[in-house]
Amino acid sequence: MRVMAQVAMVMNLDKCIGCHTCSVTCKQAWTNRAGVEYVWFNNVETRPGQGYPRTYQDQERWKGGWELKRGRLRLRSGGRFKRLAQIFSNPLLPTLSDYYEPWTYDYDTLISAPLGEHTPVAQPKSLITGKSMKIEWSANWDDDLAGGPELAPKDPILVKIRDQVTDRVKMEFEQAFMFYLPRICEHCLNPSCVAACPSGAMYKRAEDGIVLVDQDQCRGWRMCVSGCPYKKVYFNHRTGKAEKCTLCYPRIEVGLPTVCSETCVGRLRYMGLFLYDADKVTAAAATENEHDLLAAQLDLLLDPNDPEVQAAARHDGIAEDWIEAAMASPVYRLAKVYKVALPLHPEYRTMPMVWYIPPLSPVVDALRETGNDAEDAGNLFGALDSLRIPIEYLAELFSAGDPAPVASSLRKLAAMRSYMRDVNLGREPQASIPESVGMTEESVYEMYRLLAIAKYEDRYVIPKAHAETARGLEETACSLDGDGGPGQYEPGPFGSASGRPIPVAVETFHALKERQTSEVFVPLESIRVNLSGWNGRGGRDES
Amino acid sequence: MSAQDILLWVALPYLTIAVFITGTFWRYRYDKFGWTTRSSQLHERKLIRIASPLFHLGILAVVGGHVMGLLIPEGWTSAAGLSEDAYHVMAVGLGAVAGACTLAGVSLLIYRRRTNGPVFNATTKNDKTMYVFLVAAICLGLVTTIIGSGVIGDGYNYRETVSPWFRSIFLLDPKPELMAESLPSFKVHAVAGMLLFIIWPFTRLVHAFSAPVLYLFRPYVVYRERGPHDPGSRAPRRGWEKVGS
Ligand code: HEM
Ligand code: SF4
Ligand code: SF4
Repeated sequence: MRVMAQVAMVMNLDKCIGCHTCSVTCKQAWTNRAGVEYVWFNNVETRPGQGYPRTYQDQERWKGGWELKRGRLRLRSGGRFKRLAQIFSNPLLPTLSDYYEPWTYDYDTLISAPLGEHTPVAQPKSLITGKSMKIEWSANWDDDLAGGPELAPKDPILVKIRDQVTDRVKMEFEQAFMFYLPRICEHCLNPSCVAACPSGAMYKRAEDGIVLVDQDQCRGWRMCVSGCPYKKVYFNHRTGKAEKCTLCYPRIEVGLPTVCSETCVGRLRYMGLFLYDADKVTAAAATENEHDLLAAQLDLLLDPNDPEVQAAARHDGIAEDWIEAAMASPVYRLAKVYKVALPLHPEYRTMPMVWYIPPLSPVVDALRETGNDAEDAGNLFGALDSLRIPIEYLAELFSAGDPAPVASSLRKLAAMRSYMRDVNLGREPQASIPESVGMTEESVYEMYRLLAIAKYEDRYVIPKAHAETARGLEETACSLDGDGGPGQYEPGPFGSASGRPIPVAVETFHALKERQTSEVFVPLESIRVNLSGWNGRGGRDES
Repeated sequence: MSAQDILLWVALPYLTIAVFITGTFWRYRYDKFGWTTRSSQLHERKLIRIASPLFHLGILAVVGGHVMGLLIPEGWTSAAGLSEDAYHVMAVGLGAVAGACTLAGVSLLIYRRRTNGPVFNATTKNDKTMYVFLVAAICLGLVTTIIGSGVIGDGYNYRETVSPWFRSIFLLDPKPELMAESLPSFKVHAVAGMLLFIIWPFTRLVHAFSAPVLYLFRPYVVYRERGPHDPGSRAPRRGWEKVGS
């Protein structure tokens, strides 16, 4: 056994309202640059829908992730020799049109156009060619089922289940159900992007499991892009290097949640640690039957409360506060204790580490439409048994097509909903409801606190990175209360702010932390850009 | 032997070697971030599907041919039982095929660069200069093959002049007189080749040095320690950092 720690995420899909705030803030933070205009490390796609890039889930076509070949795990795109043979032109690489052609608008004409009869129009201009263009697709063109009857049926998942059960799906699809799926890199335990990289520039961090691209070592062979079944590695066409979601590691290292989590208005994201057995990952990913992959993945996650696991973790160099954080981890509870969170597409065999609590709302909505009490346990359970379509669809996403885990997760959510309704209405709580889904009244209540109350400190349990340089952190942080007041650095040898730069995240870390944990408003003097004086052009008006 | 011969066949080769080695070292030391194929497949996939493999397989065969022809002395191949005539037929045959593939490939690549809007936009001055030198070397190489092979005029056995001269450079015993008596077409091709090697370290061609053969031997999943930087940031780099927007 070799114990390793993994920073993981759980998203509670019932709460996602599809507002795209996570996508926008991530973009502002990380991909607001030339070369990655089309890149969304975080995207929110409407399901049913084609996703971004279009139909990325169709692995018959894109051949991402792993497959079993004669009982052995192999990249779906072929062996190492085949990959090198195809290096001069990668047949599986999506082109820009599979994502979309990024554009801006010619805003200048709005103010510079001469006085005339017609209102001037800001034409869309391609950010790739600079020419006028027709906008035909985007990262969320089919948002909210836009273009429904035409576009949504091309959803690879719908295509797959339609092949299995022809007309029933079609029929029930017309009474459309819909939910949102926010996606980031899965920071997989068995990352196929890393395995596909010919230069060895991609790696998984031993301390926290974050998957990164070494920008100095990437040589632009672009095999990782096609290797990832979730298409979450992107090619920067300006620099010729691969880029991907970093799980906001500079924030994680100082104990803050990622930008996308922090800014989520639905507060639906949870972050914490898993302890897992790194020695067993390959064997788990090579589980024969696709339906057993979820169980195999859960088996990898070790119980942080088990003294043996703790001893092994200590032996493998995991620090005490990390073990404690693992014990308090919300993601461990949701995935392994309550078993309500499920991984996205376990059948890709990458052992993804962003988990999802499937949405109960399509079921509740359908039930409500029939005029029934949608919060009654009996009605909900009955609906879960009879409403096969949402469940089959969800099962294709979260459990390799096996409806049992999805149904079980939804039953628990339904049980929580009905049980807590009685509590909140001051009625006699019915112990039989939790029992019917194999839970106790206490655990349902705890789950309710985590999912419904969802306090900040319960959602995010992120231990700070350990480094013997932690002292350095204190030292630079202290300069904030130095002579010149917040944000003023000691003058360096070549004038002010020369010498060793102060890391960005550290500079604002204390201010941010204080603001987030304080009851009262904390002004952010130490943040350098003051938005109230910002002129929208990257500077500020001096007035 | 003239001063020009000394300049071209002694000074220029050593200058080439010096620039090639120090240039590559310097580039690797200070511009790892710029060391990439800068693939343009994201913009266009149909033409590159044919052009790039055609060109690369061709040029790799051409490189192999040069190694054979220039580095391996005639005496060795004869000793191995390969007559000069047989060698000649083989070399010219394979060389012509490889050369033709390379030329066709590179023409398609340039056509693609010129005609596809996004790819053209992504083409730098550096790329254009590189293509001038590359195409010059390839075309002159094909001309020498045709002339030397005897298809036009008499055949020419460059393994008695050009190859020993080439080896003499590396044996630190330069013999410019050998080169001086070879055909003009060989001379021009050799100069074009040397110029290509002089600019090589400063173009995207450096990607050829990173041919990822080690991929065949490493474990699939790579783990790395976080490294000694302060949490929350990476270590500051030397000099200025450019933000491409
Ligand atoms: C075995 C070593 C090599 C490998 C693995 C390799 C691989 C590649 C790759 C992946 C690209 C990017 C293609 C794309 O997607 O746009 C590329 C481009 C290119 N390579 Fe190589 N290469 C090798 C050797 C060479 C050599 C020896 C030369 C020339 C002497 C060369 C010249 C070029 C040129 C000119 C391009 C740009 C093509 C364009 O116009 O887009 N390569 N190479
Ligand atoms: S989801 Fe992330 S870690 Fe997993 S294969 Fe894709 S890029 Fe790699
Ligand atoms: S973790 Fe950070 S980089 Fe990754 S999607 Fe979220 S905001 Fe973007």
